[in-house]
Amino acid sequence: MKVFVPGDSTALSVGANEVADALVKAGAEVIRTGSRGMFWLEPLVEVETDGGRVGYANVEPSDAKDLLNGKLAKKSIGVVDEYDWIRKQQRVTFARVGIIDPVSVDDYEAHGGLIGLRKALSLPSEQIVEEVTESGLRGRGGAGFPAGIKWKTVLGASADQKYICCNADEGDSGTFADRMLMEGDPLTLVEGMIIAGIAVGATKGLIYCRSEYPHAIAVLNKAIKNAYAAGVLGKSVCGSHFAFDLEVRSGAGSYVCGEETAMLESLEGKRGMIRPKPPIPALSGLYGKPTVINNVMTLAAVPMIMANGAKAYQEIGVERSRGTQVFQLAGNIAKGGIVETGFGITLGELVDGFGGGTNSGRPIKTVQIGGPLGAYLDKTSWDLPMAYESLAAAGGMLGHGGVVVFDDTVNMAAQARFAMEFCAEESCGKCTPCRIGSTRGVEVIDKIVAGENQAENLELLEDLCEVMTDGSLCAMGGLTPLPVRSALKLYPADFGIRS
Amino acid sequence: MTLLSDPRGLSPIRDGIGEPDFGTPKSTSDVTVTLTIDGSPVSVPAGTSIMRAAGESGCSIPKLCATDSLEPFGSCRMCLVEIDGRKGTPASCTTPAEEGMVVRTQTAKLGKLRRNVMELYISDHPLECLTCAANGDCELQDMAGVVGLRDVRYGYEGENHLGAVKDQSNPYFDFDSSKCIVCNRCVRACDQIQGTLALTIEGRGFNSKVSPGGLNFLSSECVSCGACVQACPTGTLEEKSVIELGMPTRTVQTTCAYCGVGCTFNAELRGDELVRMVPAKTGGANEGHSCVKGRFAFGYASHKDRILSPMIREKITDDWTEVSWDEAITYAATKFKEIQAKYGDNSIGGVTSSRCTNEEIFTVQKMIRTAFGNNNVDTCARVCHSPTGFGLSSTFGTSAGTQDFKSVGKSDVILLIGANPTDAHPVFGSRLKRRIRQGAKLIVVDPRKIDLVESAHVKADHHLQLQPGTNVAVINALAHVIATEGLADQNFIAERCDNDAFDRWMKFISLPENSPEVVEAQSGVPAEEIRKAARLFATSGNGAIYYGLGVTEHSQGSTMVMGMANLAMATGNIGREGVGVNPLRGQNNVQGSCDMGSFPHELSGYRHVSDDAVREQFETLWDVKLLPEPGMRIPNMLDNAISGEFRGMFVHGEDIAQSDPNTKHVMAALEAMDLVVVQDLFINETAKFAHVFFPGTSFLEKDGTFTNAERRINRVRPVMAPKNGKQEWQIISELATAMGYPMHYDNAAQIMGEIASITPTFKNVSFELLDRVGSLQWPVNDAAPAGTPIMHVNGFVRGKGLFVETPFVPTEERANRKFPLLLTTGRILSQYNVGAQTRRTANSTWHQEDVLEIHESDAQMRGIVDGQKVAISSRIGETVMRAQVSARVPAGVVYTTFHHPLSGANVITTEFSDWATNCPEYKVTAVEIRPADSSQDSTNSLDDVLMKA
Repeated sequence: MKVFVPGDSTALSVGANEVADALVKAGAEVIRTGSRGMFWLEPLVEVETDGGRVGYANVEPSDAKDLLNGKLAKKSIGVVDEYDWIRKQQRVTFARVGIIDPVSVDDYEAHGGLIGLRKALSLPSEQIVEEVTESGLRGRGGAGFPAGIKWKTVLGASADQKYICCNADEGDSGTFADRMLMEGDPLTLVEGMIIAGIAVGATKGLIYCRSEYPHAIAVLNKAIKNAYAAGVLGKSVCGSHFAFDLEVRSGAGSYVCGEETAMLESLEGKRGMIRPKPPIPALSGLYGKPTVINNVMTLAAVPMIMANGAKAYQEIGVERSRGTQVFQLAGNIAKGGIVETGFGITLGELVDGFGGGTNSGRPIKTVQIGGPLGAYLDKTSWDLPMAYESLAAAGGMLGHGGVVVFDDTVNMAAQARFAMEFCAEESCGKCTPCRIGSTRGVEVIDKIVAGENQAENLELLEDLCEVMTDGSLCAMGGLTPLPVRSALKLYPADFGIRS
Repeated sequence: MTLLSDPRGLSPIRDGIGEPDFGTPKSTSDVTVTLTIDGSPVSVPAGTSIMRAAGESGCSIPKLCATDSLEPFGSCRMCLVEIDGRKGTPASCTTPAEEGMVVRTQTAKLGKLRRNVMELYISDHPLECLTCAANGDCELQDMAGVVGLRDVRYGYEGENHLGAVKDQSNPYFDFDSSKCIVCNRCVRACDQIQGTLALTIEGRGFNSKVSPGGLNFLSSECVSCGACVQACPTGTLEEKSVIELGMPTRTVQTTCAYCGVGCTFNAELRGDELVRMVPAKTGGANEGHSCVKGRFAFGYASHKDRILSPMIREKITDDWTEVSWDEAITYAATKFKEIQAKYGDNSIGGVTSSRCTNEEIFTVQKMIRTAFGNNNVDTCARVCHSPTGFGLSSTFGTSAGTQDFKSVGKSDVILLIGANPTDAHPVFGSRLKRRIRQGAKLIVVDPRKIDLVESAHVKADHHLQLQPGTNVAVINALAHVIATEGLADQNFIAERCDNDAFDRWMKFISLPENSPEVVEAQSGVPAEEIRKAARLFATSGNGAIYYGLGVTEHSQGSTMVMGMANLAMATGNIGREGVGVNPLRGQNNVQGSCDMGSFPHELSGYRHVSDDAVREQFETLWDVKLLPEPGMRIPNMLDNAISGEFRGMFVHGEDIAQSDPNTKHVMAALEAMDLVVVQDLFINETAKFAHVFFPGTSFLEKDGTFTNAERRINRVRPVMAPKNGKQEWQIISELATAMGYPMHYDNAAQIMGEIASITPTFKNVSFELLDRVGSLQWPVNDAAPAGTPIMHVNGFVRGKGLFVETPFVPTEERANRKFPLLLTTGRILSQYNVGAQTRRTANSTWHQEDVLEIHESDAQMRGIVDGQKVAISSRIGETVMRAQVSARVPAGVVYTTFHHPLSGANVITTEFSDWATNCPEYKVTAVEIRPADSSQDSTNSLDDVLMKA
């Protein structure tokens, strides 16, 4: 009997390896896959049937025999593809995650892989760039810069060497989409990077993966090795005249190295410090050469765009937020995991609809979107469509699509203090507003909470937020005031402020 | 005088000190863009930062992390501006000016941002401005004033670095981290300017701090170039002299008197006291950089050992008697005349010093040719770069290097032979390293693994580690590959060179004896390495050759110089930026002393004394009859002294007893003479044999010019009055006059006037012009009124470039059973030449004694361990030094420096010399090493050494 057991870190953390071992021992043919992204159901084991793959939730090693003997109906969630939580999503980038063997090129190809790449190989560079531009794909790392325009800049730059750098330094709290894709369908990323290479004339790609993702790095390396063996990577990509080499580099535990220029410094073996822009990396990036830097999710969207055409992708979404967004539900939430849908889903639908409220069962107090530097929102934003434009208008940002939920026990002054503390801890130390300002921010918030010269210190905090926002060299210092200001605005009482 | 009158620039030019700082480097673009800054149109070269554009137009933008000697960094956030159509407030240092841009540098929003940034800085900075050594010279202090900071609302009780411990380990500067604003200027200066990369930022965020790595500055890789001190905008890195004496108040621009790089310095004084030397950004050779010697090691000028009164004595065993100038001069003149009366006109002579000014040198040789009435004048350049003059003049037509230092910035492949620039010519070494870091290729030809073979961010593509004494074999082999593999630049050769000579040379160089395979056996360099290096040199674009005394101080020194000239011509690497054949001159004015007619056979401008027309010009000018035959060279004078025909010598600022080879022979010669007159700062080894001592002036007292290795004539301006009471040219003039040839000058400018009037390559040179333009590279004449940075641009000076056949003739000095090792010599960064100056400064912190580098296998074989005293003997003599077991030298080769008189390295060097110029073969001496006897346990005095020798 063919069963599928996730090898994803989330599933492993709740015993998926032990379950897999037990199933092998019980005589099953076990195939390790990624995770479907329904964390409350892990380990979610799937059994191949004529009607599709039937899922069994929270399987324990002791369930192995029963599962193989068809006696585990109490844990069955039915055919997984028809499971409501999955069915309501629009999985494009994550279409294969949790389904295929992540490192098998054959399996990848059997599930629609390499179609985009083959198509790209038949097109002139300009047309690939055009296709990506038309799709409306924007950078999923947080900045939302149109990918096609960035690619066009790199294509237009002349140099003896160009690079594709994938930013897989997924450091935001409550985000895990990059990791899950790298662990569950890394060849999609590989394919996306090769297409980017063909599009801009780059023959070398690097994936900068955070060191905290050892499983992802291992899976990526295995997948890359297999891709070389299958002739997808190397001197002749899929038998073409085009060459592309790819390697994985590991970070060293710095949050700020997720900022693209600090990432370049780190990739060059230097201290992870922000570079000023200009020059933009598209013109002078890695080792001073024109470089495409895109997030995992951006590059992983490319194969589908090429395979199905820009139009199909462009038709999804709202306003200038086109295509799908892979939301990550985390924090105090009942049903955490991956929700990939078109832009435009409301915050309420995400948190209450998919997420099912808090895990603690207490009322939701606040939601932080876009990582530790994202704004806090309260229930008044429940109808807010999740898109770049609408979130910006609401004073927030989508960031990398992480949604972290807090119940009513959270103290928002502590959260605001944490934002400054996080910045102080992770600042590269280059620019003054971030280097000194974050430490002073902690001190000023403490004074406010202690009721010390509150009015003056509130004014000082506002001035500090202003100088950090407008004066910082990069988004690290520049965005830290976002959670601070939003917490202060929405929950002044938590700061001991009597209005 | 103060040269700094430019009212523009971003930093206020403090009263009397400092240079304008435009924040970011000058753009060299030919394209001009016009933008509007605060309502006024400003035109600048494309690529200029908004900050610089604003500064050049007289509108200053606050800044802290920007300085125009470094690439923009964008960290301090003081220089934020608003640009129409752009969101946010970009930093003006990192944003290039663009056509049509509309920039505002002063708005209420910007004012508040800058004030708030400054408030953050000051919340972590000691409030002790009044007692800070940088008070009045602190950019943080200035900017706090400029942005109008009135209050630090954060208070001073927050987290801070005020308790940081001072690092006072460096003898010249302190590092007080509590004052640091983490602008990274020091770290960037160490990286970008010096290229040592000794400094870094440790920690991140609020914990970021400047660190020299390891324990402290002294124990770090820091080379004390001082670039970090100069770059520091606060009192964090501060000269100890400023801490002790206070802020300087006036500036005199002058030229360093150490190596042949010839750095321009702003000597900053407080009253008449020299506080610090700051390299001038306007300096043609150094462009704002310096080394530990030039910047810090000037204390010898006021050292207690300096002799300030003239002295005489009857016999060298007598004590010295201080006398008046008149008495000393009369005494010397009378004695010289007596000797000549008794032994003939030819029985006296003199030596000019490459440490002195052109004006002083010119008067010395003039005195000898007129008052002495012979051509017995020679110079210490004899013992260093005489083969350069001979070799380059034979092949190209000019006795000088072909390029300016800046040229190396355009080189694609650099062939470095027998030179160790990071130690001996550090400021050029930094330029070279910068170019290597930018990607230029490097080939090192040296028996020793010098730093440039491999150090931080520098790695030679090829290190041809040859046996000492086989230079010519290797250069021939390189040329052989180029000739026989069709890599020669045929167009260049056909157009620019003497084709008959080239054809003969082609036949010669193609001979199998010059092939890498044959040369491998002679030199020890693998043939394949030679082939690869030759191909790299011939095919990489602009190829430049730089060389030092490792080329010239050999029995085939002149042959080697011609061999390099051949290689440069064969590859078409002459006559433009980025190429050339370039000697790295040892002394500050070696070039000048050669130019000024210091050699017995040449009058100024390299014109032979046998040339009637030339001699006639001088005879008319000087109103005297000149001899048409060349006079004696130094070795001839010394030999003739021993044989009794040569009885009197005027030694001008050269310590021949220490610096010339075969010390025993030199000393015997000095001892044999009736009169030795020494003009120097200190009682040096030679002065121990002198009868008359004329105290000289240090470079801080001199008024004149030095000519550096790039033919650059730099002004030397008196920072203080002569401590001895007279300029040196005055002493010479008075001695000449006392001997019966009236010589008088009102000032040094007059002497330069005379030089220019009689020397075609100096035709348009004058102090007035030099003061106006800063410096000039000769030839400076009607054809090149602004001087000549690059030679041979439109053809060789001699007409057609001359290929010369350069057969390799091994030196007679060879390793044998008795003396199985080859000793070669060199220099170390902190010390200079015979050490007369640097040993009298804190530079001795880094190098207290000369040591002998020896390969592990050679040491083991002899039972020698690291740090042990060893006896080094050659067939000439023996000396004792401490051994340093080192992987820098290959087995069979040992190496030492000659900075300390007590180690007496030249006690063992031999009488062999260059066939053409008598330049001594310092670089090859066959020696044996053994553990020192217990009686030799302490380092010998020179006298002891001599007695044993």
